Amino acid sequence: MQETIEKVTKVVKKKRAKFTESLIYEIAETVEKRDMDDKELDELVKRVKKAYERARVENGEAVGTVAAQSVGEPGTQMTMRTFHYAGVAELNVTLGLPRLIEIVDARKKISTPTMAIYFEEEFRVDEEFVRTIANQIGKSTMNDIVQDFHTNYAKMNVVVELDMPKIEDKRLNFEDIINRVEKAFKKVQIDNNVLSFEPSKPSIRELRLLADKVRDLQISGVKNIGKVVIRKEEDEWVIHTEGSNLGAVLKMEGVDKVRTTTNDIHEVEKVLGIEAARNSIIHEAQRTMDEQGLTVDVRHIMLVADMMSADGSVKSIGRHGISGEKASVLARASFEETGKHLLRASIRGEIDHLTGIIENIIIGQPIPLGTGSVGVLMKQKK
Amino acid sequence: MKKDILKHELVPDHVILSESEVTKVLKKIEAHAEQLPKINSDDPVAKSIGAKAGDVLEITRKSATAGKFITYRLVQD
Repeated sequence: MQETIEKVTKVVKKKRAKFTESLIYEIAETVEKRDMDDKELDELVKRVKKAYERARVENGEAVGTVAAQSVGEPGTQMTMRTFHYAGVAELNVTLGLPRLIEIVDARKKISTPTMAIYFEEEFRVDEEFVRTIANQIGKSTMNDIVQDFHTNYAKMNVVVELDMPKIEDKRLNFEDIINRVEKAFKKVQIDNNVLSFEPSKPSIRELRLLADKVRDLQISGVKNIGKVVIRKEEDEWVIHTEGSNLGAVLKMEGVDKVRTTTNDIHEVEKVLGIEAARNSIIHEAQRTMDEQGLTVDVRHIMLVADMMSADGSVKSIGRHGISGEKASVLARASFEETGKHLLRASIRGEIDHLTGIIENIIIGQPIPLGTGSVGVLMKQKK
Repeated sequence: MKKDILKHELVPDHVILSESEVTKVLKKIEAHAEQLPKINSDDPVAKSIGAKAGDVLEITRKSATAGKFITYRLVQD
């Protein structure tokens, strides 16, 4: 195969065609399958070149407008209902139109952040290990591990009896729990698995508040992550979470540092950088469309992702992002908040160079698009 | 840990270009460095490969349509 690819690359070079890697691979595959000779290959490359050049976007084409239409039209067919469960029945994940809006708006706080945590090779089938990690990641409160809980108004204390089998079952470390309890509460007496807490002031109100506080004390879990669901997906164990904290999870031992992801694009940007965020935008947008049974060519989504990530940080499409930061005053004013932009431009004395589409439509000139994007250059007579 | 993020499937390969490579690339794509897409100097990937403001990074993306796609980003403050 490698030889064929090299051979095809050579022919392609000779024909002065600029083919992509995947196209060369496809041609090489066909050559092997059909057992083509050199002459046939020459002809094939010639024909592919012709078809490829015809299919390519021409200079001056309004790709942005086409992308907007191509994403917008299927968008109208999306359901407004958000109650979809992405594979995992217990976890609710925002999908459909609300999710798509969330992606292009580059929301800082998305409504249902979730992670898919994979494991390194040696732990993939180790259920025991995965369950231990899941309990380290997932949030557990005191309430989850108590056997008996009562508030004693006569003695003015809260007595908690911990359920040792349950702690064992959740694979938590008893010492860690005690440490956390001691850190959070000063007046606490520990007698094996029986803890008794005293309020700072002996009043019924304080006692009740204390009881609630004890019950809600978090004894394990990663920040920002709530419930976890463990699932077996094709011979390996995967943890899905409610809430997301990519940075902390990637630092954990045994976690696959290659495939573990989150659906929070800003978190991806923070932890893995702008290029990863771009990939994440494409992936999330496409997944959302696919889930609704709609197909949009990736190139449109790639263009959107490229625009959103061009400045080095993820920008939204719209008033506070790309449209609101255009260089031209008239283009900005024609989008939203007309008065604001015109006023500010006049205060600052902004100059509009009339290089864009909108500006030229406003003043009634030919627009720099398609055939309008070329000009005539003349050589001066000496 | 620092190097770990470079292995993540979402992160494409980033390479710092030398000065002569930058000139060659800019000539080929007929653009000025400022016209390239940007990457912040405090971007986790830029930091871990030690890129400084003013550098141009060559990014080799895995593309769904082209197989492999090479693009460039200018490191900015």
